[in-house]
Amino acid sequence: MPLSTLQPNRYKGKLIIVEGIDGSGKSTQLSLLAQYLRSQGTPVAFSAWNSSPLVKETTRRGKKKEMFTPTTFSLIHATDFADRLERYILPMMKAGAVVCADRYAFTAYARDVVRGVSREWVRNLYRFAVRPNLSFYFRVPLEVAIGRILGGRDAIKYYEAGMDLGLSRNIVESFRLFQGRILEEYDAMAEEMGFHIIDASGSIEKQQKQMREIVNRELGACLGPPPGGGPPPGVAPSGRTVGVPAR
Amino acid sequence: MNRTPLQFFGDPLPDVDLGELQGKLIVIEGPDAVGRSTQVARLRVWLEESGHAVLDTGMARSALAGKGIQQAKDGNTFGPVTMTLFYATDFADRLENEIIPALRAGFVVLTDRYIFSIIARAIARGEDRRWIENVAGFALVPHVVYYLRAGVPDLVARVVFGRGQFDYWESGMDLGMAKDMYDSFVKYQAKLIRALDSMSERYGFVTIDASRAPDAIFADLQRSIAQFFSDIKLPPAPRPRRGVSAAAVQAPSRRAPGRRTATPAAQAGMSVR
Repeated sequence: MPLSTLQPNRYKGKLIIVEGIDGSGKSTQLSLLAQYLRSQGTPVAFSAWNSSPLVKETTRRGKKKEMFTPTTFSLIHATDFADRLERYILPMMKAGAVVCADRYAFTAYARDVVRGVSREWVRNLYRFAVRPNLSFYFRVPLEVAIGRILGGRDAIKYYEAGMDLGLSRNIVESFRLFQGRILEEYDAMAEEMGFHIIDASGSIEKQQKQMREIVNRELGACLGPPPGGGPPPGVAPSGRTVGVPAR
Repeated sequence: MNRTPLQFFGDPLPDVDLGELQGKLIVIEGPDAVGRSTQVARLRVWLEESGHAVLDTGMARSALAGKGIQQAKDGNTFGPVTMTLFYATDFADRLENEIIPALRAGFVVLTDRYIFSIIARAIARGEDRRWIENVAGFALVPHVVYYLRAGVPDLVARVVFGRGQFDYWESGMDLGMAKDMYDSFVKYQAKLIRALDSMSERYGFVTIDASRAPDAIFADLQRSIAQFFSDIKLPPAPRPRRGVSAAAVQAPSRRAPGRRTATPAAQAGMSVR
């Protein structure tokens, strides 16, 4: 199913999204980009995967009690996404903001398919989503990503490691296998989805420079203070951050 | 479209062996306040008395999503796509964790609403029909879908005389069609009925005139359901009354497309699947 199944962006604002496996550094890069855009006077809104206040409680319960099947896991994330889209992303785009989304429907395309959900079904599921103006894929070798994850945070969680797939009883090994398969899915869809591929094994500075160049080249005319000037007097040009950064 | 009972309508659920399923899946559909839950409760008792184990289930009752849906409804903050998908999540959880295990164990599953209500609500809210039909494609084809159909005035009467007040969501207040719940209820339920009617033929609904007394509806359901069980004796046929023949089991309106009569003859043709 081609990318055109997503809805065209008919709004004033633009949509920039980042994708990549856990530990690819995409969230870091997106916050740096948002910072940059704000400093230029561009109104920015930020939305992270799996952060809808309406759905959070259900997702938390499902994860805690390990209640999810591949289908319900897929559906609850789509519900979360729909809520953020309907209540936050679309209104902000209508208002002319550049919306920065940490993960987008492509995360589901990759993850849910690895979990065994049908490829066509999950693509149809997200058909209501708006097609991003720019999609960045932070491509990183599996071992680099795993090194970052294991070195950085505390324990890897059950569903992050894809433990529900029964790939391995060792959580690190399961994580490795699961993320490896997701990486393959991302690679396979990169061209079809028009991803801008960033080599995420390079330095943070180099990646950010590349990202900003692409944003300026592709969306330059839409950036900067909105017509009629920047924020009203006394209001700092900051975008609201909704939810916690996605992992 | 797949029509064999206990097959998937569309893309299959991962990890389900359909060969293991042996129960019966019976769906009661219809608009709000039409009397579905009353009928489900009576059917359950009747089937259990006949020696059949029954699982009854209905919308927003899943362990996973039931609470979340209730909270979202309480806050009146449901966007249309979010609502559709939250109900789809709830349905999937019940299908995988209740309905399929019960069918595997040979239960009769009586379900108060199925994917058709989810689809109808999405259509009433202007969502793309093909999108939601596809999303709901993991549902199992039921043995039979009874569509309890009544006109909006009947539904209004049941709300007024029955529960005594209009409900925000049953009135479709989120659609912003009217200022008060009565006006909105009338418009919204008419939309739902139109949407259900539009699915009737495609999904082979057996339409039952639910503007009648509960006893008459129950008798029709019993007669029809008995066809699926060799060990259930049909209750004595009702004495014919003026204006109500055996063919009372049919769409009360000319608008219902593809209506099927559930006269014994028609049923015999339809239920041997």
